Amino acid sequence: MSAQEAVPASGVQKGEVLLDVRNLKMYFPVTEGIIFHKVVAEVKAVDGISFQIHKGETLGLVGESGCGKTTTGRCILQLERATSGEIIFAGQNLAELDANALRPWRQKIQVIFQDPYSSLNPRMKTGDIVGEPMYVHGIEPDAGKRERRVKELFSVCGLPVKMIDRYPHEMSGGQRQRVGIARALSLNPDFIICDEAVSALDVSIQAQVINLLEDLREEFGLTYLFIAHDLSVVRHLCHRVAVMYLGKIVELADCDELYDNPLHPYTQALLSAVPVPDPDIEAKRAHQPVKGEVPSPMNPPSGCVFHPRCPSAVDSCKSLIPEFREVKPGHWVACSEV
Amino acid sequence: MAAILEVENLQTQFFTSAGTVRAVDGITYSVNRGETVAIVGESGCGKSVGALSILRLIPDPPGRIVGGNIRFMGMDILALSDAEIRKVRGRRIAMVFQEPMTSLNPVLTIGRQLTETLEHHLDMDRAAADARATELLGMVGISDAKRRLAQYPHHLSGGMRQRVMIAMAMCCEPELIIADEPTTALDVTIQAQILELMRDLSKRLGVALIIITHNLGVVARYADRVNVMYAGKIIEQGSASQIYHQPSHPYTLGLLNSVPRLDRPRQAKLDPIEGQPPDLTQLDAGCAFRPRCRFAVARCAEEIPPLEAVGDGHLSACWRRNDLGENVGRAT
Repeated sequence: MSAQEAVPASGVQKGEVLLDVRNLKMYFPVTEGIIFHKVVAEVKAVDGISFQIHKGETLGLVGESGCGKTTTGRCILQLERATSGEIIFAGQNLAELDANALRPWRQKIQVIFQDPYSSLNPRMKTGDIVGEPMYVHGIEPDAGKRERRVKELFSVCGLPVKMIDRYPHEMSGGQRQRVGIARALSLNPDFIICDEAVSALDVSIQAQVINLLEDLREEFGLTYLFIAHDLSVVRHLCHRVAVMYLGKIVELADCDELYDNPLHPYTQALLSAVPVPDPDIEAKRAHQPVKGEVPSPMNPPSGCVFHPRCPSAVDSCKSLIPEFREVKPGHWVACSEV
Repeated sequence: MAAILEVENLQTQFFTSAGTVRAVDGITYSVNRGETVAIVGESGCGKSVGALSILRLIPDPPGRIVGGNIRFMGMDILALSDAEIRKVRGRRIAMVFQEPMTSLNPVLTIGRQLTETLEHHLDMDRAAADARATELLGMVGISDAKRRLAQYPHHLSGGMRQRVMIAMAMCCEPELIIADEPTTALDVTIQAQILELMRDLSKRLGVALIIITHNLGVVARYADRVNVMYAGKIIEQGSASQIYHQPSHPYTLGLLNSVPRLDRPRQAKLDPIEGQPPDLTQLDAGCAFRPRCRFAVARCAEEIPPLEAVGDGHLSACWRRNDLGENVGRAT
């Protein structure tokens, strides 16, 4: 039995829910001692988040370093087994499957990593890197056919076909990121997690890769979870955007709604911190950088986690955990003052 | 206004086994007192090497400054002895590096790293240096300065470390600070804090600032004048407003068109610059941007365009600098 037969085609139609994350929690233990690993604390990297992604849609996940956005992606990929919560992909809760049962599902969910320098094996030719997933999953056991498919993927991703014999170090950053994209596409996935996929690239190359990701989404009907910290790129590429802070989603809305009408003070602070490439506009904008730094997720503040930095915090914010609620259709926010 | 730094036809090359890399290939610019000058470009365009050359921090071998002049406050930097340049580094020209994680010494306390500079350059005794270090940390917005001075870099967050770097740069009240990608490693909210701090300090104390960055938004907000670099050369020079509103080099135009922007309606597609930056060992007699340029003509392959005026204080190195007219409308 070849692996892919075990899984029914996802069968999810465009616009239906493809991925449903419910109350996902990922706590990492902090241990002390050499022989007996006594758990002394927990890092609440992801602390009860829920969201849905529809087929054909791109959901942006933004936030600063350490807010849990990458951990969320790794939990969906089952690279981390979540502490609790459900990850329902095309009707199947991935969190309850064991390693063997998961294997066929891994084809459906692929990832593009941030760093094109460290996410490719330096001792493999790029053609082999792109072909390996097809070999591992038994999709294309025939070496000749596999090479044809690799060449096809190279040209789809805008790489000269003759580059299949090159090693990663012989390529530029942009080309390496295209190899990463070709590798993710090689298994015909339904869903791709782009974890800071364009952050390490130079401006002119970044625009090329963004356009490629958009073209591929249309051509192959892909669904993306786009994890990034660059708010302008997220706005360009995403349909809906979730903003994370200290392991929690603080705001979730349609892209235009979120950028035109941000409700959570943290979202507002993030947006006002981004300088715009126009000196006249910048001269008129008052910058009120949000004070302080992100607290440690080992010891998060009580109540609303943003309250120590929040310009509009009131006393009750220190004790009350704000409910994540829908304030208007499709616009969710976790702030009691909205 | 008087220029405190004048860089003239600076050339820095690296002699490697793959050939001679012309990392900085004849750049000329100046910085006035209290002014903020940005140097913009993508990785490998020579912007950092150009800045390190000013402090003569190019590792030799393989690198060497092979030509040009650097004049700082009447001094010929390239003619100074090693002892003399050490009196300039950190004392009169300070540097803030990109990676606050790797540019602080991990085995010295924050306090020691600050006082060492003070004792060395200003001949302060330990007590005076300690007092000044406390004051400096307060100035860059670090609360509880006494406790912080006794801590090591790994106790601090990235933003905090960058504040310490800025405190170190400020400690001898230099005339010029060179900040090489000062906020690239930081989050947006912290980036805004650090840049506002640097601007505030430079305005208040009259320190000139060279900001090296690839972030066009940062340049628009903080720079008075801008130098755009490509393949080791300055290809456009002007005030921030000239660069953003009348870009006169196809590369500048391409850069501005390829970033998605928060201040504009969403566009369907980005307009990237096609192709890759050139290999700096393989430059030919023509314009280095030619293979990626939409405006290239036959002349571009034969002669390197010089940096020539297109307006008041606005220079561009392009044979077609006056023909970009109707395309500029798209970027402004």
